[in-house]
Amino acid sequence: MDKIDQTDEPTRRTSYGQRRKDRIDALAAASIDEEPGISLIRSAWKRLRRNPIFLVGLAITVAFVVLAAIAPWIAPWDVTASPLLDKVRPQTNPVPGPEPGHLLGGDDRGRDLFSRLLVGSRQTLVVGVFATLFGLLGGLTLGTIAGALGGWVDSLVMRIVDVLLSVPSLLLAFTVASLAREPSQWTLIIAIAIVQVPIFARLLRGAMLAQRSSDHVLAARSLGVRPWAIVFRHMLPNAMGPVIVQATLSLAVAIIDAAALSFLGLGNPDQRQPEWGQMLGLAQRYISEAPHLAFYPAGCIIVVALGFTLMGESLREALDPKSRR
Amino acid sequence: MTQQTHRPSQFGGGSAEPLLSVRDLRVTFQRHGEEAFHAVDGVSFDVRPGQTVGLVGESGCGKSVTSLAIMGLLPDRGNHVEGTAVFDGEDLLTLSRSAMRDRRGSDIAMIFQDPLSSLNPVVTIGRQVTEVMERHQGLSRKEATPKAADLLERVGIPDPKARLANYPHQLSGGMRQRALIAMALACNPRLLIADEPTTALDVTIQAQILALLKELVVDTGTALVMITHDLGVVAGLCDEVNVLYGGKVVERGGRHGLFKNPRHPYTVGLLNSIPRLDAVRGEKLSPVPGSVADNLPWTSACAFAPRCSNAIAPCTQETPQWDGDEVVGFRCFNPMGGPR
Amino acid sequence: MCVVVVVLSMLVFGWLRSLPGGPVSAMLGERQTPERRAALEAALGLDQPLPVQYAKFMERAVHGNFGVSTKVLPGEDALDVFLSRLPATIELSFLAMLLAIALGIPLGYIAARRQGSYVDTGAVIFSLVGVAVPVFFTAFLLKYSFAVEWNLLPVSGRQSTGVDATRVTGMFVLDGILTREWDASWDALKHLILPSVALATIPFAVIFRITRASVLDVLDEDYVRTAEAKGLTSRVIRGRHVLRNAMLPVTTTIGLQVGGLLAGAVLTESVFSFRGVGDALATAFREKDYPVLQVLILAAAVIYVLVNLLVDIAYAVIDPRIRTR
Repeated sequence: MDKIDQTDEPTRRTSYGQRRKDRIDALAAASIDEEPGISLIRSAWKRLRRNPIFLVGLAITVAFVVLAAIAPWIAPWDVTASPLLDKVRPQTNPVPGPEPGHLLGGDDRGRDLFSRLLVGSRQTLVVGVFATLFGLLGGLTLGTIAGALGGWVDSLVMRIVDVLLSVPSLLLAFTVASLAREPSQWTLIIAIAIVQVPIFARLLRGAMLAQRSSDHVLAARSLGVRPWAIVFRHMLPNAMGPVIVQATLSLAVAIIDAAALSFLGLGNPDQRQPEWGQMLGLAQRYISEAPHLAFYPAGCIIVVALGFTLMGESLREALDPKSRR
Repeated sequence: MTQQTHRPSQFGGGSAEPLLSVRDLRVTFQRHGEEAFHAVDGVSFDVRPGQTVGLVGESGCGKSVTSLAIMGLLPDRGNHVEGTAVFDGEDLLTLSRSAMRDRRGSDIAMIFQDPLSSLNPVVTIGRQVTEVMERHQGLSRKEATPKAADLLERVGIPDPKARLANYPHQLSGGMRQRALIAMALACNPRLLIADEPTTALDVTIQAQILALLKELVVDTGTALVMITHDLGVVAGLCDEVNVLYGGKVVERGGRHGLFKNPRHPYTVGLLNSIPRLDAVRGEKLSPVPGSVADNLPWTSACAFAPRCSNAIAPCTQETPQWDGDEVVGFRCFNPMGGPR
Repeated sequence: MCVVVVVLSMLVFGWLRSLPGGPVSAMLGERQTPERRAALEAALGLDQPLPVQYAKFMERAVHGNFGVSTKVLPGEDALDVFLSRLPATIELSFLAMLLAIALGIPLGYIAARRQGSYVDTGAVIFSLVGVAVPVFFTAFLLKYSFAVEWNLLPVSGRQSTGVDATRVTGMFVLDGILTREWDASWDALKHLILPSVALATIPFAVIFRITRASVLDVLDEDYVRTAEAKGLTSRVIRGRHVLRNAMLPVTTTIGLQVGGLLAGAVLTESVFSFRGVGDALATAFREKDYPVLQVLILAAAVIYVLVNLLVDIAYAVIDPRIRTR
């Protein structure tokens, strides 16, 4: 009785970066719920349908995607033309104000601001979707290999992933983007995608490990199903819930990061095609004369990023067994 | 039932005037958009100074909620408490928050089930004991520290001075529960509520903790409300036993009477599910079938009827009324055994 | 931790090798001639096997020899550029982190105590919006409203022109205090306010959310009920029993955010032309000043190690379960 026992709970080991890893791991753990795969998503949908936060996020996202899809056809002006050029006076009136036919006025080259904002949504969508997609594919490959093979491959891959996770994501994206000899939209996408890779890799590997010891995988294994078939048919589909959550959140991050990269001048140098981050960066020059030049693209970025964030956070909540109390 | 009037004296060291008198306590949980749930459904009992009263029942019967309601520790929202709990002439349920804070820890103290999770992991044992005295007795930390060491010694913790500087994770399970008891006793409470104090402990330690509680109650004259699912605990400790089922007291009696001649089928079931050394070999244990989930609503039936081996027609049609008084009685249409 | 530094240094090494033109171009910058190139290549031993090259690279790094800045301050030693800018960024980050902690923790606690109330919902939505707003737009907005429109605070820089101050540490506010030049100190502080508020938004949102979640977890713990059962005053319960436990995950988060501050500083400093590391990095990224970037990445690794250490120490101070093992 006198003895001091130290056999209680495991020590809460901590380190810089641990919180980020914990967050990813908690999400991965959500993949082994009592209800796997499709039914999990269905039951999550039941809760989500009544969640106003999710619905607001969904509405914003749908509106954004639809607008981006039809933008070139509904935009009142050609985004590369300069119909207001004759109104631009570099000394007295660098940015033409609103007038009939030009709802928000023009930019410093006399181009119609409203049309550029509308069409700019396409770039944002393309960058967000492709960056997330590439990040997901990279993470999927690494995570699946690590999670399925285990052993030293797993250790090596995860070691590198952890190091990458410990680097602030934007700094990593800046660094990768600065490597490009000729910056373009695609170097921008790749820079952002590389940042997402370790996040998805860790998430998928965690989900895989959790799956590996779950009952239905053990059952499949005992029936003699081939290992890779188990991975693709049983383990991956069940890891989809957390991946969807992370992908939604990644879209928001990708859009904001893309804006930051463009703002620093690491994005597409071609200024003919509109891009929100770039428009925001160029607006800096006219902060006292025409702050609205910055407000509009910034507003667009915020609303769209918020839409994805709201959707992602409520998805996470719906999939997290802990929050279902 | 004529013999019952002289029983109180037999219940041990009590004067006639109750210290705590709970009458018709009802606790209703209502979550947003969900149906109301009556966790405690009209519970009444008395506790006299120096007496040990047991509240017995399986999980979900409302015994813990009863104790939390008396202590004013139910969550702020989502519940509704009715009835009275008169302690020393004051109804605890209508006391202001700050007045209740003054009572808690000084006049009424509580011991919880899981000693590890009930202790703050990042504060020393010593501090967790002294803070009660600092709060209620106006002592400084310096003045309270030697008293805390005395308390730890009294509850049987060896080398108490050294233990004051320890953190909960450095103590064994039994020692933690002793420390928790020391905190509860710090201001010499007149009423101690113990909510399953031994459930999370090893069997050998359980016996030690029960012996300690018994000794402390006898020494200090503190009244004790013992909440447990374990009739074995009751047998060794309690003067009076209340058996709870579905939020109501279904049987009450002195421990000798109750064990010798249980009337409610649920009490019988609980007694039969305890393994006994003196039982004939090969005799089967008979657990109570079913679970609390099978309960019927008390408003139109006996909640226990679906699980009852003794059920008759009225059991599923009417509410059984209390047959007895404040000291002994039961709530059943078709009781077992003969009158005590 | 050491593993991380080694892996990071290997990554930097690999990154340098993959640079357009290789490490020699990076080191020579614009003063590149074929003769110099050949001489340096021989001097660097680029004809030797990779492990030897790596060892030499590490040796140079340890001696602080990273080459000469090409764009930020052409001709200056890259390490000197970094070091001369460091005090400004330390000052800025320190104030930003202070603001984020001073607001995030109390607000997180209040929101958790009143979970579901309007205060809580409002604060949660505010923090979600905070994540969606790009930090450079926050900076822009603050600059526009407080500096340009209302003229309350300086627009840019670290010190007003004409203020003659003695330099001791390079942290202007601290310098003013040390030398009792109160006017200079006050002036420098006014320059710091807007950038640090902008920079604080990101760590604030994160610290707020973690504090709220953590306090909610702790409020459910049995020991808080024990404290209530002891009749302790709400002040003692709040401080000793709730907050002290809830601070454990928050500590880790604060550590993690320090790294993120550097990324934020790149954007914030460039909006306010605040001459710190971040501003230098923004130029270095845009103009591909690789020697300076190289210093940055290794500095980030050093900061990572230091912060990791600090968080571990802080954790041991708060959590006895780690200390006594």
